[in-house]
Amino acid sequence: MKKYNNLTATLALAKASFRSIMRSPSAVVFTLAFPLIFILVFGFLGGGGTRIDVGVTPGSDVNNPIMGMLKKTGMIRLVKDKSNAEFDKLLEKGNVDAMIDVHRKVNSAAYSVNVVYTSASRDKGGILKSVLNNIFYDKTLKPTVAEIKESTITGREYKTIDFILPGQLGFSLLSTGVFGTAFVFLSLRQTLVIKRFFATPVRRSSIVIGEGIARIGFALIGALFIILIGHFFFGFTLVHGALTVVNMLILATMGIIVFMGFGFIISGIAKSESMVPPISNIITLPQFLLSGTFFSIEAFPSWLQPISRALPLTYLNDAMRKVAFEGLGLWDVKFQIMILLLWGIGIYAVAVKVFKWE
Amino acid sequence: METKKAIISVKDLVKKYDDFVAVQGLSFEVYEHEIFGLLGPNGAGKTTTLEIIETLRAKTSGEIIVDGFSVDKQPQDIKQIIGVQLQAAGYYPNLNLIELIELFAGLYGANIKPMEMLEKVNLQDKAKAKYKALSGGQKQRFSIATTLINQPKIIFLDEPTTGLDPQARRNLWDLIKEIRDAGTTVVITTHYMDEAEQLCDRVAFVERGQIIALDTPDNLIDQLVNSGFERKKEVKKANLEDVFINLTGQEWRE
Repeated sequence: MKKYNNLTATLALAKASFRSIMRSPSAVVFTLAFPLIFILVFGFLGGGGTRIDVGVTPGSDVNNPIMGMLKKTGMIRLVKDKSNAEFDKLLEKGNVDAMIDVHRKVNSAAYSVNVVYTSASRDKGGILKSVLNNIFYDKTLKPTVAEIKESTITGREYKTIDFILPGQLGFSLLSTGVFGTAFVFLSLRQTLVIKRFFATPVRRSSIVIGEGIARIGFALIGALFIILIGHFFFGFTLVHGALTVVNMLILATMGIIVFMGFGFIISGIAKSESMVPPISNIITLPQFLLSGTFFSIEAFPSWLQPISRALPLTYLNDAMRKVAFEGLGLWDVKFQIMILLLWGIGIYAVAVKVFKWE
Repeated sequence: METKKAIISVKDLVKKYDDFVAVQGLSFEVYEHEIFGLLGPNGAGKTTTLEIIETLRAKTSGEIIVDGFSVDKQPQDIKQIIGVQLQAAGYYPNLNLIELIELFAGLYGANIKPMEMLEKVNLQDKAKAKYKALSGGQKQRFSIATTLINQPKIIFLDEPTTGLDPQARRNLWDLIKEIRDAGTTVVITTHYMDEAEQLCDRVAFVERGQIIALDTPDNLIDQLVNSGFERKKEVKKANLEDVFINLTGQEWRE
């Protein structure tokens, strides 16, 4: 008798599962459509995100690096060629969010920057303040040219998409991992497909691994698609180009494996298909809201932050952003990876206990 | 039957669920190249017995040998030489018939041409159809095709004709006989006695987890007649099903 080949069986299952996923509308919607819609919305909202109108005080130096940097943030529009009186009116109404006046210091390479905010536009003034703070450590200090260059690296290119895309990617991985895995295993169990498989010589591990390969493959194709659309259409920053993409996909693989564990657990405890969405939402929704998908978790009240910092998606998002935007390597985000790994161990320990074959 | 070699032997099979005894001391043998019927009412233990032989369910006690392999020690070897059709089993979602056959070929490690398998059960026209889109008879024929992928020595069919119309049923009988004639042993369960009479070489009656009779349909009928049994109504030369087939035509419709 020919020797039975577990690899053949695993790959046959992976192929079948992958075909099935590609034809499943819900998988495609969760993995691709939702994240893309969010990216589209935020991408269009913010070709530059928030826009701040800053008046340039007549007589100000305009050919200096500070002005250049402000322009390059993409958030700030410099308003010139108006008289002081006109600017005063605009400031009062909040049509101009702030005034800036730059002068070269006498006998120095440095500049002095004078900023006037308006109470009519406090929120945008606040954003400008933090932008300026990003550019200089302290705008009252005399910046040296070296200081400016240093801060431009992180200060200028940070676009809305650079924040939103990793968050959406993380959430896409979470939903495809949780919903997809839970639905598939529950339905395979209920329709006796798995029982029929057991009548063949296939091993249980082949069934799980085959399904896993298909889902990871599908999630990675989705992730690559999201990254490329983000990069080419919305200017998503990939500091080291293809290498960054590879690093992101490696992180995505770790994420999806951890999140699939939730799916295995749900498929074990759900009694019917209608129980899958509520249980899945209990797992995905808090992470969607609290893991820095849309807002930085620093924006949350301090009592909420520890909860955010306990969720696995927080660390995946964090690692993704650091890798994509700051150009860090995987070793630099080892802390985040370690937390994900701990979650993985915990989840699969539970999954092994509650997963049901029949 | 030219040979009487047992390919399945079941001895004193017992299956207990918590407080319920589904199978209590079943013993029987299935010979090579025969169609063997397990008959009995719902809940008699037919499916449980089949699933234990198929290595899908653990037994409480007893001994089962399938083509020389023990269900306890060599379940993997048994799986490679049997084909199984489960009652009410579904198939992997979103795949067409060809893709499902490919999947099973991979699971069995069998090197087959999917189209040829579909031709065997006359489903080549439905190659690109989804399982869900098939009619009842087509579904059963497809299920039987999946049992043949590993060129098994024995196939198990659990109520394959339940819910089919008379034409589809007769068509399936022909298919099952062809499979038997090609050298495969068939074990089948059914509720229909006309089916068992037409199809099975030998039948076993199962009642409350025990075998209460086992013989060829002819012998069983003769025994009853010899005991003085008479039908209340005089048997005519045809029955209503013959009328139905005669009126609606023999040909197979989907």
